[in-house]
Amino acid sequence: MLSSLLLTLLLLSSAGYYLGRNRAFRVAGDHIRNLHSLPSFYGSYTALWCGLPALIVVAVWAMLQPGVILELVVAGLPPELRELPPDRLGLVLNDIQNLVSGNIVSSAPDPAILAAAEHYRNLQLTGHVCLWIVALLLATAGIAYGWRAISPKLRARNQVERVVTLLLIASSTVAIFTTVGIVLSVLFESIRFFHKVPLTDFLLGLQWSPQTALRADQIGSSGAFGVVPLFAGTLLISGIAMLVAVPIGLMSALYLSEYATPKLRAIAKPMLEILAGIPTVVYGFFAALTVAPLIRDTGAALGLQVASESALAAGLVMGIMIIPFVSSLSDDVINAVPQSMRDGSYALGATKSETIKRVLLPAALPGIVGSILLAVSRAIGETMIVVMAAGLSANLTANPLQAVTTVTVQIVTLLTGDQEFDSAKTLAAFALGLLLFIVTLILNIIALHVVRKYREQYE
Amino acid sequence: MNKLDDSAALPPTASRDIKTIVNAGLKRRHAAERRFRGYGLTAISLGLAFVVLMFANIIGKGYPAFWQTYIQVPVTFDPTVIDPDGRRDPKALENADYAALVRAGLRGLFPQVEGRRELRSLYGLISNNAPLTLRAQVLADPTLIGASQEIWLLASATVDTLIKGNIDRTLDESLRPVKDNELGWIDQLHASGKIQRKFNTILFSNGDSREPEQAGIRGALMGSFYTLLITLLLSFPIGVATAVYLEEFAPKNRWTDLIEVNINNLAAVPSIVFGLLGLAVFINFFGLPRSAPLVGGLVLSLMTLPVIIIAGRAALTSVPPSIREAALGMGASKLQMVGHHVLPLAMPGMLTGSIIGMARALGESAPLLMIGMVAFIVDVPRGITDPATVLPVQIYLWADLPERAFVERTSAAIMVLLGFMVLMNGLAIVLRKRFERRW
Repeated sequence: MLSSLLLTLLLLSSAGYYLGRNRAFRVAGDHIRNLHSLPSFYGSYTALWCGLPALIVVAVWAMLQPGVILELVVAGLPPELRELPPDRLGLVLNDIQNLVSGNIVSSAPDPAILAAAEHYRNLQLTGHVCLWIVALLLATAGIAYGWRAISPKLRARNQVERVVTLLLIASSTVAIFTTVGIVLSVLFESIRFFHKVPLTDFLLGLQWSPQTALRADQIGSSGAFGVVPLFAGTLLISGIAMLVAVPIGLMSALYLSEYATPKLRAIAKPMLEILAGIPTVVYGFFAALTVAPLIRDTGAALGLQVASESALAAGLVMGIMIIPFVSSLSDDVINAVPQSMRDGSYALGATKSETIKRVLLPAALPGIVGSILLAVSRAIGETMIVVMAAGLSANLTANPLQAVTTVTVQIVTLLTGDQEFDSAKTLAAFALGLLLFIVTLILNIIALHVVRKYREQYE
Repeated sequence: MNKLDDSAALPPTASRDIKTIVNAGLKRRHAAERRFRGYGLTAISLGLAFVVLMFANIIGKGYPAFWQTYIQVPVTFDPTVIDPDGRRDPKALENADYAALVRAGLRGLFPQVEGRRELRSLYGLISNNAPLTLRAQVLADPTLIGASQEIWLLASATVDTLIKGNIDRTLDESLRPVKDNELGWIDQLHASGKIQRKFNTILFSNGDSREPEQAGIRGALMGSFYTLLITLLLSFPIGVATAVYLEEFAPKNRWTDLIEVNINNLAAVPSIVFGLLGLAVFINFFGLPRSAPLVGGLVLSLMTLPVIIIAGRAALTSVPPSIREAALGMGASKLQMVGHHVLPLAMPGMLTGSIIGMARALGESAPLLMIGMVAFIVDVPRGITDPATVLPVQIYLWADLPERAFVERTSAAIMVLLGFMVLMNGLAIVLRKRFERRW
């Protein structure tokens, strides 16, 4: 429906383009130099007048129509249905919509609902017909206006370029809208959550059990929303990951940039970067089905009690994932250290490793710290590996052989499946999201700041 | 001059002392050097070993899934069962009891089997979609009715797993998914050549299923296709436009600084937060359908935008200013200069960045979990508003299932996913090599 309308508009616009261009040739008379702009600009000018206003109207209409129709349908319902509590009314509306789209309805529909569905369908049809008429009228009016306005004096190029520049500016604001959207969407639900659970309980609580019971007298009906065990788990897993990734990543970056022959470097560097391209769900699968059983069996052979969803397995695999991050970021930093500093050290008789340890690393340290911070923020925000390989129970422990849970795991568990946006359980996911966003944002800002400050020193 | 004189004036013993001190330390220092080098080499080999290990592990687990076991069963298309009225009424043909034909065929293979439980486990050798296969054959060719044919029917997942050697026959019967009597039948069929492995087309032609042997990735592939289509259609034009604006037009002021800071931060926001955005804004606020590729594509395009913008800006800065000056000197307007000269030269770099961004979007799953693309969906989606899932989420869903046959299929799906990633990244590399230009 909508796509055919858009296609029609597109066709009309291209017709407008040709009409405008031909008109420009005609008004130019004998010499095309009489025109202010190239003929194609007059074409684009007409096409824009045809397409843009109609497109804006269509977009606004498509956004508003479902809501308006729903209002009208509710207003047309018999009073006994209209006065139902909101959630029951929602079910009735759902039935009506299902009837309209031809799905199977939960029970035999009663005549009032059938009538409402008919009403709905009629309104929808009227809406669509009106939209077509309005859009086509606007488009033809646009062509007519543009066509009439064309004269040798018309500054078509300037006008078209102004519109295009506006479009460019509009696209560059998408990034800002995204950030605002993230902050607002997470913030609003979080504020609703903090009305139910005080902020201090959330930040300082040592208990996490988001189950809210159906009846007040049920065991565990209270629901505890203390975020400390989640953060402890996140930090434990990220810590293990960093213990794997930092030494391996840093040492390989050092080896590749200082020792390796160009040939080895040309092979090993892209090979390592393959690790960065593998989807995280693949790492999760690897962690859950290969690494975790391996660690559990090894632990059992050594007489240790290892949970099958141990923090160690998730952390190890996450560490593997982060290796290329650390190595490629620190590679950049190491290469930015001027050669003269290395040469000075060699001239004093230092060996390569002494140069690396005493000259290179201190000089590159801020950059390396920055890249490690970026890697930490990546580890904290990582989701699939921990969802698949870490546990669900919120243990407050530092033992890597036990199962812990993380912030991201809890967000996923709380939001997959049924959601009700008035229970603390669902809203808690947004509060966790807000926390995650803030923590990673701070880490990123610090890291970027450190890296940038360092770079300025040698440039 | 003074210094030289001093050193020359030093007694010979002192210089010998320094030499001995240096020489005494040399062995230790060289050992430290070798150790350090060793650490570096170990680190690299560890990293490379992880790559090899992961690929070997997944390919080793996944390649058997490209073959599927079939059992040859003699089926008699008994007219009294399929079409008792003899009128060839399509409706009657559709509703006939084809399962009875399968059961009769299996009883024909093993006439000695008796008793309800024994028979039920015999029927269990064949996947439960066999009646549908027969129905499709009869509907396509009604002359089959009354005929007898040897038909290859899909074996159940347990038979498949056993044939692929993934069930330990030495285990005690109670611990084994295949009981002794079933084992006997299967071996008998195997010996008479009535069990065969064929290339697994089901994997590529079916949607998801609860039965491992009937589960395929077609639904997920189509879902990924529609999602990526939306992502590409949205993020590429917007990304290129943003890059052009910031690099060529934007004045240097607070506003553009703000945009830049935003883009850099968005590139580092955890993907799951984008999922929360999608849930709160696209689904709850705008009321778009859950589980639809449309919403998935919207979320992924917001995630891909920073990648495309950053790559696009790098491509634009690599175009030398002389090109711009020449165009402006010929009287082009700024927009003509960008549109006719700078953008075509920067396009290969932009495309490379976009392909890499799309490859990342293809592998992304966490934000899609938030917007409901984790549902169990059997139908192959046919549009951008149909409920769908994507390949990585399908992998996540299958990875949770305990059956051995699903482990195999999960690995196969991962191989397909990695294949696409390699393809896309390879394309990006080729593009870069082909059009790379040094100015």
